Amino acid sequence: MQHHQLTASEWDALANDPEFVALLRARRRFIVPSTIFFLLFYLALPVGIAFAPAFMNRPVFESLSVANLFGFTQFVMAWVLLGLYMREARTFDERARKLVARAAAEFTR
Amino acid sequence: MTQASLVMFAVFVAMALVITYWAAGRSTSRRGFYTAHREISGIQNGWAIAGDYMSATSFLGITGLIAFYGFDGFMYSIGWLVAYLTVLLLLAEPLRNTGRYTVADVIAFRLRGRGVRAIAACTTLIITLFYMVAQMVGAGSLINLLVQRISETYAIVGVGLLMMIYVLFGGMLATTWVQIIKAGLLLAASIALSVAVLAHFHFSLFAFRDASMAAATDGHTINLLRTGLLFSGPLGGFDVVSLGLALVLGTAGLPHVLMRFFTVPTAKAARMSVSWAMALIGVFYLLTTIMGLGAGTLVGQHDIGKHLRDTQAIRYIIRHPEQSSQLNAELAQNGYIVPEKNTNLAAPLLADKLGGPLLTAFVAAVAFATILAVVAGLTIAAASAFAHDLWYSLIRSGEGGEREHIFVARTAALLVGFASIFISVGLRTINVAFLVGLAFAVAASTNAPALILSLSWRRFSRTGAICGMLAGLISSLGLIVISPDVMGSHAIFPLRNPGLVSIPLGFLAAIAGTLITRDPESEALFNQLQVRANTGLGAEI
Repeated sequence: MQHHQLTASEWDALANDPEFVALLRARRRFIVPSTIFFLLFYLALPVGIAFAPAFMNRPVFESLSVANLFGFTQFVMAWVLLGLYMREARTFDERARKLVARAAAEFTR
Repeated sequence: MTQASLVMFAVFVAMALVITYWAAGRSTSRRGFYTAHREISGIQNGWAIAGDYMSATSFLGITGLIAFYGFDGFMYSIGWLVAYLTVLLLLAEPLRNTGRYTVADVIAFRLRGRGVRAIAACTTLIITLFYMVAQMVGAGSLINLLVQRISETYAIVGVGLLMMIYVLFGGMLATTWVQIIKAGLLLAASIALSVAVLAHFHFSLFAFRDASMAAATDGHTINLLRTGLLFSGPLGGFDVVSLGLALVLGTAGLPHVLMRFFTVPTAKAARMSVSWAMALIGVFYLLTTIMGLGAGTLVGQHDIGKHLRDTQAIRYIIRHPEQSSQLNAELAQNGYIVPEKNTNLAAPLLADKLGGPLLTAFVAAVAFATILAVVAGLTIAAASAFAHDLWYSLIRSGEGGEREHIFVARTAALLVGFASIFISVGLRTINVAFLVGLAFAVAASTNAPALILSLSWRRFSRTGAICGMLAGLISSLGLIVISPDVMGSHAIFPLRNPGLVSIPLGFLAAIAGTLITRDPESEALFNQLQVRANTGLGAEI
């Protein structure tokens, strides 16, 4: 597969291939919402500290404050989202591999 | 303590030299020199990313910040971990699939022509230089602090020369292994220190919490778990949001981190690297919390602070070397580890308090090793931007043989090395902690928007990329110059971190520049970029 020299129209054909379009859509369906989610989830912490310090310092559990627990939750969130993506991406790999194999067969010269 | 840590550091240096010797034979081509032949496995790369990322700023700096400012210091740790989600979701796999040697390769993949690549190469050089100078000045004061006989200048030159040898001869392969070993050492030191802290509290998290909520400082106690100790005042809120934004997007623009994704064979390996890196980095930052709170409660801010005030004495010693042994002995008698910089000593002092001289020596040696590994990664990133982007792609227009490239790449590493040594020696006495924050802000305002938009927006044009990168670069640099870190109390711009303004500006300028122009050539290449980025078809193997 090294130095795969495809022409512009071949790349365009692949980009419009229904299977590729479906793969792209599946990736986006995961990536776009999770990116928006983690950015909001993360930025809520500094914004909360900045503009609602009284609430963030309220003790809620074993005298740990909202900010303390929310801070540690960020680690959990990051690792959980990582795990979810790693699981999801395995199916992407499979689909990408099929596409590459098909393209190689189609456009070999 | 001094001798033991010198011995340990010497062992690390020797190990790294052996690796360099072994790697030298495999770094004679561009593929070998820049990417270690793309033969690094996902796990190895994950450890190397962790080693590249967990800098002295994290180990010494964050531990100190948490010791002094508690939860507000922890905000750095959170941002630096969550930042990897940006890398994981948006960049790791596309970078591996579309890049060859540099970040500019990816940005310029469809935004062809000289302008985009030239600016992308320049931002890379600026970011890495800031980051490198911060590391090297840190190394200088740390070494000088722990081994007073070695002055800051000699320490900086020493670190610089060692790093140049690794990169010059060992290329990416040696850099990778130096980073992997250093990541292991750093984690080991952090675990040892954290266990020692917890053991002190008889492994009772409640006791640890109670102590953290009533840390003694100059005659009164403070609660390290509450917010607002570092980011206070009317603008503290904006500062913490600005910092948060720069941290979470900055990693997505750091050339020495992104370059690591060119060293793995597949997109899957790129993903695996991020997952290992996130596991290691996350654990490390949780440990910094324990170490930081441990230092704040056990060593006490009062003690860390007391060392601070004796900087005067050290200055006197430096000017009167003939009296140094007597004065040093006096200081040592009073329990001082002769200090230079503010909070950076929390980790070594904690080790001294809990583990005695051997642990302190180990922690100090690990801190040196850390700086060396990070600086090597930065050097190779800067050298590749210089040699591959500026020389090969712009000046020679893609001409020239393999030997010439390797020669230029090595020369570039030398130049970058000497430049950073000179700058660092020149800046050795000023507080450079803000340089790392600035590097993140510049990266988040320039490379990150250009990369993300180039990979995801069909309409994105060359004009847009150039506008975005220039606006992000100029605004982040300009705002730092007029910020409190540089101008003190007369600052025109009130925030210490420019991210809140410069990052949106970078994105908006990129979008505005795109909307006022059409760039059919770049749009036409978007299909190819998308297929490559998402399938790995035609990627460099």
